[in-house]
Amino acid sequence: MPFKKWRCVICDWVYDEEQGAPDDGIAPGTRWEDVPADWSCPDCGASKADFDMVEAD
Amino acid sequence: MNTTVMAPAWRDNKRYLWPLGGLIMLLVPIAGVIYGATGWGWAWWLGPIVVYGLIPLADLLIGTDTNNPPEERVPSLEQERYYRWAVYFAVACEYVSVIWGAWMAADGHLPWYDVLGLALTIAMVTGVSINTGHELGHKTDKLEQWLAKIALAPTAYGHFFVEHNRGHHVRVATPEDPASSRFGESFWAFLPRTMIGSLKSSWEIEAARLRRNGKPVWSIHNNNLNAWAMTVVLFGGLALWLGWQVLPFLLLQAFVGASLLEVVNYLEHYGLCREKRADGKYERCQPRHSWNSNHIVTNVFLYQLQRHSDHHANPTRSYQSLRHFDEAPQLPTGYAGMILLAYMTPLWFKIMNPRVVAHYGGDMSRANIKPSIRKSVIERYAPQRRGEAAQ
Repeated sequence: MPFKKWRCVICDWVYDEEQGAPDDGIAPGTRWEDVPADWSCPDCGASKADFDMVEAD
Repeated sequence: MNTTVMAPAWRDNKRYLWPLGGLIMLLVPIAGVIYGATGWGWAWWLGPIVVYGLIPLADLLIGTDTNNPPEERVPSLEQERYYRWAVYFAVACEYVSVIWGAWMAADGHLPWYDVLGLALTIAMVTGVSINTGHELGHKTDKLEQWLAKIALAPTAYGHFFVEHNRGHHVRVATPEDPASSRFGESFWAFLPRTMIGSLKSSWEIEAARLRRNGKPVWSIHNNNLNAWAMTVVLFGGLALWLGWQVLPFLLLQAFVGASLLEVVNYLEHYGLCREKRADGKYERCQPRHSWNSNHIVTNVFLYQLQRHSDHHANPTRSYQSLRHFDEAPQLPTGYAGMILLAYMTPLWFKIMNPRVVAHYGGDMSRANIKPSIRKSVIERYAPQRRGEAAQ
């Protein structure tokens, strides 16, 4: 399954499954559904629920 | 088993006060009623009297409250429509004040000094309404995003919708943020820097988004352009109805209203700085990166904007759910009183600079300092830092 990207609807920061979020202890390759529900956007603090999948990129 | 019975149910002790945020938007017709009943011309100055006088005084008299909703109550609290309607009501009241006030200025046969008071009273309403637009603009709901732009239109500050969420929230408490003030920077130096810097930034952020989505920058899809268009429609409509003479009046209130928002920006993060990590990125925004206040009166009128640390940690959280943090730096009084201090630069420095120094334990290399004095400030407070280390 190819990696997907998710964009914060508040500030546009992108979570790339391939890269993960190592600063927050989320290893590269972590699928979006495995990102903890209480994780929030590293740039603006928006919640995980405030991310949309990036359709074409 | 019976813990649910024993735990006292949490009550929002400000619940029935929130509609006051809407009622204060009616200051312009209220001023008109006072003038009609008494003939006192000072009634047109009601806006500055309330914002600069009565609210700071009420903050001092009524004091603070640190009441926090329990986390388990937050999801249901967020769902209560009552809180949203209180905000929608405020936007409707704002327009009553702007439209009735413009008509009064054009057709009310008032002397120029009463018209000036009226312009400032409208400015207080439209300036505080930027905060209403702020509460709405953080929501992902399309209707609320439109209402946010409508609330911002009378100050021509529609770009705040873009810049605040995608600029300020990302760069808050860093030297790169035009809307975060620096240690040693007066409000009067901050005002042009933030106004011009925020405008520029909002344009760049939105243009980048449109390019990424393959849409033209000069189009209705541009959130800056469609928000400013509302201002053009509003001001243009009033000018067609009341004559072009209302335009300077509207522009004056827009500038003063916007500067009221900017003075609040000035005091929210003064001198505070996020640490730059080895990889060049800034640490996450923490409670220690915003100035807070629990003064009840201003918290009611500004939808708990003063619980600013929680707002930056959880930007989509609605006002009724925002929490006080013990570790967040606290201002000596509410935002309304601090605005007065911010206008008086020497007094502001005298009261706030020692607080910033204390916050960093004298290690001012960690503060956000005006670049031209950065070196000397760090050296000046270095003895305090060593003193603390020796203890």
